[in-house]
Amino acid sequence: MSNWIPLWLHKLGSPPTFYRFAGTLQPWAMTLALLLGAIALYGGLVLAPADYQQGDAYRIIFIHVPSAEMSMFIYAVMGVAAFIALVWRIKLAEVVAMESAPIGAAFTFITLVTGSLWGKPMWGTWWTWDARLTSELVLLFLYLGVIGLYHAFEDRRQGARAAAFLAIIGIINVPIVHFSVNWWNTLHQGSTINIFGQSKMSTDMLWPLLTMMLATKFYYAASLFRRVRTDLLALEGGKDWVRRIAEDEAKS
Amino acid sequence: MSSLQTFLAMGGYAAYVWPAYALFFIVLIADTVAPRLRRRRVLRELSARLARQQARQDRAGGNSISTSPTP
Amino acid sequence: MNRPGLLPACTAMLRRDLTLAWRRRGDIAMPVLYALIVTMLFPFALGPEDTLLQRIAGGVVLVTVLLAMLLALDAMFSSDIEDGSLEQLVLAPQPLALMLGMKILAHWITTALPLIVIAPLMAAMLHLPGVVIPVLLLALLLATPLLSLLGAVLVALTAGTRRSGMLLALMLLPLCVPAVIFAAGAVAAAQQGLPWLAPISWLAAALVLAVVLAPLACAAALRIALDA
Repeated sequence: MSNWIPLWLHKLGSPPTFYRFAGTLQPWAMTLALLLGAIALYGGLVLAPADYQQGDAYRIIFIHVPSAEMSMFIYAVMGVAAFIALVWRIKLAEVVAMESAPIGAAFTFITLVTGSLWGKPMWGTWWTWDARLTSELVLLFLYLGVIGLYHAFEDRRQGARAAAFLAIIGIINVPIVHFSVNWWNTLHQGSTINIFGQSKMSTDMLWPLLTMMLATKFYYAASLFRRVRTDLLALEGGKDWVRRIAEDEAKS
Repeated sequence: MSSLQTFLAMGGYAAYVWPAYALFFIVLIADTVAPRLRRRRVLRELSARLARQQARQDRAGGNSISTSPTP
Repeated sequence: MNRPGLLPACTAMLRRDLTLAWRRRGDIAMPVLYALIVTMLFPFALGPEDTLLQRIAGGVVLVTVLLAMLLALDAMFSSDIEDGSLEQLVLAPQPLALMLGMKILAHWITTALPLIVIAPLMAAMLHLPGVVIPVLLLALLLATPLLSLLGAVLVALTAGTRRSGMLLALMLLPLCVPAVIFAAGAVAAAQQGLPWLAPISWLAAALVLAVVLAPLACAAALRIALDA
């Protein structure tokens, strides 16, 4: 069934190869993430001028918006990996899907808390039942459900497959939730929030934001690589390549 | 007010901006540290298991030497 | 090989599950009692003002029914897993999805239908206007099968785990948000004298989709959860 997957992908999918590959890339991804993150922070906190409407409070968006974007991006990655894991039963895809979930949940949590920290001075309340906020909260529960199901099984691989299935159901569910919450909002005439107001963002504010989005992507890659490497060691405990790594580690 | 103080004051929004950034970093640092600790634990368990296996093999080997040359 | 046709197999499955449920009648009464008790607690907690209770009645009935169903959801496959008959079902020549669909139907008849029957009583306890009650019943008739179908998929996913009660709630919550929104939206619209057909149609569309897809997903989930 897997004959049309390119050969290199197949090779990369083997745990020892990916372990080495991820080990080489991980420090680079982390360095890039830190570098870009530092540049973005300097640009966002120091160089960018205060917003004429929101004052300095708008500076929260330099972490809020990238986190919100990551929360959805990681869910998409998790969904794709889950699909590959279920269709082709590739162990690496299972691991990638399951190790993405905690990172995604972390970003979703950051999005929710920074959003309410931004909302308090801007619209005078920590929380409103706005369509976007509510969808984000539902997303957090989806992540937690996936994590919970994964850990409920004693067999790791079986848990990963069950949780991958749940992740795919969730991906179908997210647009439905968003649509229904939007409809609900119009029914109850809730507030709609526009982070950027009517004005377009100036370039001084835009480039730190985009840089931060890039930095969080690299951070995700680095964190994912680190987690996947650990998980592969645990899963493949009996294999020779893991034994060699454990022996090397014990010597040093 | 010095420039550092104005920077830290964040135009009066310090109470919202800095906790947001602090949370961002705390969560991401936790996300970085947790797998490191887990990796160390996994490796320790692995090497312990390897050591046990090695010991069992040695013992089994020793027994076979001591028991085989029975006259 | 002479194997029974699909229709006899379906009716046999349905009759078996209903008989089993009937032999344990007390279990059927539990969600109903639970729903009544929860409904009774609201006036105690919020005060007996008519206007307030009227405003929240539709939502309270819907959420209470949802929670009562969640309470019974856990048991959907558990006895079949314990005595091994679920594995027999997986191996049976009849399509697994169809058989599971029958099981879901039986579960809906034994848990949701009694709740729908007492829903007018719950609504009356909270002073919901009489004209809104048909809309509430219609919304429940569409929303409860939807919840049963979605819940069945999740229960199948947790089939291989030991304790799954809270986990089930966590997993079901994001999936049932749209159903709750549209069902409660229809009731609220009817209460305000607004047209309520649109949310009911959305519910019906979702139900049609779920009737087709959920048994298939349930079968796939069960295969994942049962084979190691």
